[in-house]
Amino acid sequence: MDVLQLIVSGLANGCVYGLVAMGFVLIYKATEAVNFAQGDFMMLGAFICLGLTNPQFMGLPFWISVPVAIAIMGAFGYALDLVILRRMFGQSQVAVIILTIALGFVLRFIAGLIWGHEPISLDSPIAGRDVRFGGIVLGLDEIMVIGVTVLLTIVLYFYFNRTKLGVAMQASSQNQLAAYYMGIPVKRIQSLIWALAGMVAAVAGILFASKGSIDPSIGLLGIKAFAAAVIGGFGSLPGALLGGVIVGLIEPFASRYIAAGYSQIMPYLLLFVILVFRPHGILAQVHRKKV
Amino acid sequence: MRTVFKTSYDADINLFRHAAQRNWYIVLLAAVLILPFVLSDYAIGEMTNLLIWSIACMGLMILVGQTGQASLGHAAFLAVGCYANVLLQERLGLPFILSFPLGGLIAGIAGALIAMPMTKLHGVYLAIGTIAMAILTDDLIVLATPLTNGVTGLFAPDIEIFGYNFNRYGNPNGLYFLILGITLLVVLLYRNLQRSPLGRSFAAIRDSEISAQAMGVNVARTKAVAFGISAGVTGLAGALIGHFAGIFNNETFNIILSIQLLLAIVIGGLGTIHGAFFGAAVIALLPQTIAMGRDALNQMIGSGSIAIPGLEAAIFGGILIAFILFEPQGIYGRWFKIRTWFELFPFYRRDMFRRQKSYLKTERMR
Amino acid sequence: MSLLEIDNVTLRFGGVTAVNQVSFNVEEGEVFALVGPNGAGKSTIFNLISRIYDPAEGDIRFDGKSILNKAPHEIARLGIARTFQNIELFEQATVLQNLLVGRHRHRKSNMLTELGFTPFVRREERRHREAIEKVIDFLDLQPYREKYIAGLPYGVRKVVEMGRALAIEPRLLLLDEPASGLSVEETQDVAFWVEDIKKQMGVTVLMVEHDMHLVSSVSDRVLALADGKMLSLGKPHEVQNDPKVIEAYIGVADETEEAAA
Repeated sequence: MDVLQLIVSGLANGCVYGLVAMGFVLIYKATEAVNFAQGDFMMLGAFICLGLTNPQFMGLPFWISVPVAIAIMGAFGYALDLVILRRMFGQSQVAVIILTIALGFVLRFIAGLIWGHEPISLDSPIAGRDVRFGGIVLGLDEIMVIGVTVLLTIVLYFYFNRTKLGVAMQASSQNQLAAYYMGIPVKRIQSLIWALAGMVAAVAGILFASKGSIDPSIGLLGIKAFAAAVIGGFGSLPGALLGGVIVGLIEPFASRYIAAGYSQIMPYLLLFVILVFRPHGILAQVHRKKV
Repeated sequence: MRTVFKTSYDADINLFRHAAQRNWYIVLLAAVLILPFVLSDYAIGEMTNLLIWSIACMGLMILVGQTGQASLGHAAFLAVGCYANVLLQERLGLPFILSFPLGGLIAGIAGALIAMPMTKLHGVYLAIGTIAMAILTDDLIVLATPLTNGVTGLFAPDIEIFGYNFNRYGNPNGLYFLILGITLLVVLLYRNLQRSPLGRSFAAIRDSEISAQAMGVNVARTKAVAFGISAGVTGLAGALIGHFAGIFNNETFNIILSIQLLLAIVIGGLGTIHGAFFGAAVIALLPQTIAMGRDALNQMIGSGSIAIPGLEAAIFGGILIAFILFEPQGIYGRWFKIRTWFELFPFYRRDMFRRQKSYLKTERMR
Repeated sequence: MSLLEIDNVTLRFGGVTAVNQVSFNVEEGEVFALVGPNGAGKSTIFNLISRIYDPAEGDIRFDGKSILNKAPHEIARLGIARTFQNIELFEQATVLQNLLVGRHRHRKSNMLTELGFTPFVRREERRHREAIEKVIDFLDLQPYREKYIAGLPYGVRKVVEMGRALAIEPRLLLLDEPASGLSVEETQDVAFWVEDIKKQMGVTVLMVEHDMHLVSSVSDRVLALADGKMLSLGKPHEVQNDPKVIEAYIGVADETEEAAA
């Protein structure tokens, strides 16, 4: 019973990590850039929804503010790519990493300016409610998180592998010049991908906010989500989710069964082990270059 | 406009390209030596701080600028050098003159050891590996509390060399000259690295690992050496930070510091020694500048002095974004262009430093 | 005993057999060419010699000893140098610095002496510089010494690539499509250089090339490959006139046409 609670709450956390990790992988698969600000995108999505829903700000109904918040984050992602990231076209991976780290700093600061640094709770109808079946009691918010995540993963997987736009996105990440020759509007696709990542981050943020209170520093969970993405396999969407779930499950079990100080570092120890023995993650996707 | 006539191969091997360049640096050295007699004690303290950060930036620059390996966790080596230096003095009673280089050596060995699993990683994976390393080091320091005094931290004793005391407040000028000397030694080391086969093999790894290998460079071992030297220099800086700050714990060397170091050397100018100094200037002087700016703003607007958390990081981030977008070569890059404009006047062509358009090719297929 | 012996080597990439039981010997002092349509396995053989790939079957021997136990970075020390088809130069360095990396194999100093830049290191630096100046004179690269690779035209880069391989002072030089992308004059220069490398420097050359004029004018022997398999081995004009080779390149006359004729 107890173990089930641990599993479900670990899964729910893991799904949030997984969603953020999927945001990383989306951008990586399409542009080969790593967006270190993805965690802060999540934070921003959560706060925008809060700013729309909570009575002290705008007080809109929850079911309206959710799609609006998602749409706003989508537009934000698109605009960010248009204004800043397009200029990084063709530059090395490390340059983009550094840029997005700096971006994270700026976003955290702006969120603090607008909404303050105190923890606030999102006024969400799914928070605090329970689901009972067969004598077991589980939190509705946690079930929702898991359900939405699984659904989103399936949708994204099919999007990337079956739709024309998804395949075009993969092509432009593998060889931009060739993608151009094939008539793929590479720059517009890049912006669309950032929009998509922003929307996924917004979903993650809203789900996270439904489970507890938020403040501008929750974006730092992005580092853990990043570790999760690498553990699961950085080029793969199901891998990102898998990694997130693994990390989410390790945490509560580690803190229950291992001494307090060690539980914090378990995700990073696992990451280190994976990097040494299977650097491309559990569901690896790597090939050999021909010289 | 200057034409350089070279009459022997030494002209390319020497530290300075020609006598005029050497003279400029002599003038700079003279100016730097006079500073303690011109500036206040507080300002000299700030300059000393800047020099310490320059050493740290040079350490990271060797790895990132010269060898092309990303490291988002270099504060870990600052920590190793700092703790090693103080613990050697306190637990083993070694004098500073021994514990200091040993602290650097220990940090260097730690770097070379950590490099071994990392050499197979590239780009993103290397970056994340270094993040993991940094976070693990932070936690390891806490876990080793009996040795390191964990979260409470350690006090660093005053630097004593042959009975001469170098306390930051009691002897600011002395400390300044000592650290200036150490900084110059590190610069010399870096310059020697750049003009030697080892430095060229680092640059070869940065530009094309596969052909470096074909030229006989043992890539894995050379990367480990690069990590080692970089970690060693950074460790020396860490030891000095410990003495300068007087007290430190695991929080002093957190991952935000690692990230700031990396941002700083990119702002300064990747791959150059000047870049390390410019980047260090940004790290060391930014808090003061912001404080002064806020005071000035308060005086003008008359609002109370509110502490805004995260302002420093945000401004740092903003500066970096501005540089990466408009001047990717950093402060040194801009300085170089300005200098070239003066040198070639009036023949400077606007597109002299124009970068070629480049298209991204996937790094997943290596 | 031949300088290089490729002995029944096979390499597979997943389902594709890139090199299929290929055997040939390269004698010391000769110029040996590998020809064949794209995908024939020519560059793959180079990569096998450079130890980038491990063969599934077979052996590769240099000077009589197998090199299959060597790591990729040990090949230069044996005296084997190579160029790359797609030019893998160090873009952010000058021509001089690129050539100096080629001297890495002759490095006698170690990390500590170099960091201290002792007089020994200085003498070594002068020695290395003299050695690459000979390469610069040989290839007429004088105007480009201080130029960064990133700004150089394609033809010059190809020459620097060759120069860097020569700086190793190899016994065996692997040239991967030395004339691809070059103009007629530049290709003639390549022909003269290969001749000089063979006659003046006594270096054995193994080259992959598509330009049949270049191949027939400088090579002593040619091996034609297709789909990873050996087609024909012999002197240039023998291989060029071999019906199997003609079939691989051009095709066979249509049977209905023959019947009608």
